[in-house]
Amino acid sequence: MTGPLFSRRRVLAAGGLGATSLALSGCDDLGSNETFHDTILTGGERLAYRVQRFLAGDRLAPEYSEAEKSPFFRTNGNNQIAAPDYRRHIADGFANWRLDVSGLVEAPRGFSLDELRAMPARTQITRHDCVEGWSAIGGWTGVPLAALLKEVKVKPAARFVVFRCADQFGGINYYESIDLIDAFHPQTILAYAMNGETLPEGHGAPLRLRVERQLGYKQAKFIMRIELVSVLSGIGGGKGGFWEDVADYEWYAGG
Amino acid sequence: MTAVDREMAAAESAPAAPAVVYRHRVSTRLWHWTNVVTLVVMLMSGLMIFNAHPRLYWGAYGANQDHPWLEIGSTNGAGVLRVGSLTVETTGVLGLWQDGDGRWNRTAFPGWATIPSNYNLALARRWHLTFAWLFAAGILLYLIWSLANRHLWRDLAPSRSELAPRHIAGDIRNHALLRFPKGEAARRYNILQKLAYLGVLIVLIPTMVLTGLTMSPAMDAAWPWLLDLFGGRQSARSIHFIAAGLLVLFILVHLAMVVLAGPINEVRSMITGRYRLPQEKRQ
Repeated sequence: MTGPLFSRRRVLAAGGLGATSLALSGCDDLGSNETFHDTILTGGERLAYRVQRFLAGDRLAPEYSEAEKSPFFRTNGNNQIAAPDYRRHIADGFANWRLDVSGLVEAPRGFSLDELRAMPARTQITRHDCVEGWSAIGGWTGVPLAALLKEVKVKPAARFVVFRCADQFGGINYYESIDLIDAFHPQTILAYAMNGETLPEGHGAPLRLRVERQLGYKQAKFIMRIELVSVLSGIGGGKGGFWEDVADYEWYAGG
Repeated sequence: MTAVDREMAAAESAPAAPAVVYRHRVSTRLWHWTNVVTLVVMLMSGLMIFNAHPRLYWGAYGANQDHPWLEIGSTNGAGVLRVGSLTVETTGVLGLWQDGDGRWNRTAFPGWATIPSNYNLALARRWHLTFAWLFAAGILLYLIWSLANRHLWRDLAPSRSELAPRHIAGDIRNHALLRFPKGEAARRYNILQKLAYLGVLIVLIPTMVLTGLTMSPAMDAAWPWLLDLFGGRQSARSIHFIAAGLLVLFILVHLAMVVLAGPINEVRSMITGRYRLPQEKRQ
């Protein structure tokens, strides 16, 4: 009895192993298959966008107390910018710097840092979640993006807000984009201060986006220009952000 | 004696043909095989996602400067796993391993265990977060269906007598001696099976889904109670990893039991639903 049973087991085990390894090497092939990727593997993001927008509505991301802050808030992405223009601006406290807001708006204009600081501000202690898995809790003060967009009067055709940044990866300036739902969310701010102090270079001076219901790579640093557009196809590789174009990260990073 | 009586008497005295019972309903079989696919994809793409930051923390926050309770990495040319104050060298398996071409890699989990097999966080997330919908929908529908058709009460809920320590101890002993139920007793799940299946069904898998949702910043805005339930996002990430480990353990024991209890009968019953009751040993 033990003999045949043992061999039957071995046959099954070998068959199982073979099928498994075939299936697993198949996963690499499937993952790089364009049709499978575009129809199936991007399905999670499309569903998440619809379901999470429905469930979250305009609810706020959790906010934390002073005592709950991370003792050390690590930086991510670029921490230093060598470009002479940027060095000049940071040397004089961005006194001659302007944030340009243009594209599909009625009244395009520039904002000085003092003008932004003079606008009604919002301070929030929130959790920053990196796509890699770590989290840090810190306090941010800035002008709600909604207030800025009301100033420049968004045209009805506009659907996305694009952020153009001063930092570069391999010679390409960083860029990111969000939809108008997040753009007008009360916690979406352009932060000029972190933990009560002027935003340091490592965290994106003079301005960084806080879009609290999405992951870290959406929190664009070193913002220089803001553009309102109707489609993302004309921006970089067309997927709406630097990492989206270069590495295929989700444009909707709510989860 | 009528003809029927005679026939019955003859049947009783003749060696009984193995009784075949209908054991697994369509819902169970469908869910089982869906899980075979989704769980493999979720586990392996999950390990690749872990590789992006191979450290686990307790609490709301946790990053490189904070203290991890678990870490996989490499130091001084050796792969290491650190859990609390315990350090284990894992060269060749975790933290430092050779790929098929003989090159050394420093990611936590080796390529044979991850989807994709190379380091690609974006692609691993696409696999993970797409199949997560199948996984979550599967457990939700199966739980609803199992309540509706009373599968949970009829087949899985332990009776009071089964929960008696003496009964459980007896069943552990039977398992340890590889003595599996025969005949009529094999119609029902034994207490260890009931506890294992219930644990997976109502504790482990829901925990996987809910801790997964807790890691989503948008879901934390929608359902902030998730953070209270698991003690913060990084705790949820740790619990997600531990629960995944327990699921792997369940799968290994499950597969071992299938092999030991008669793989053909067991696998066939999960395909056709029909299970041949193992015969009692004749004296």
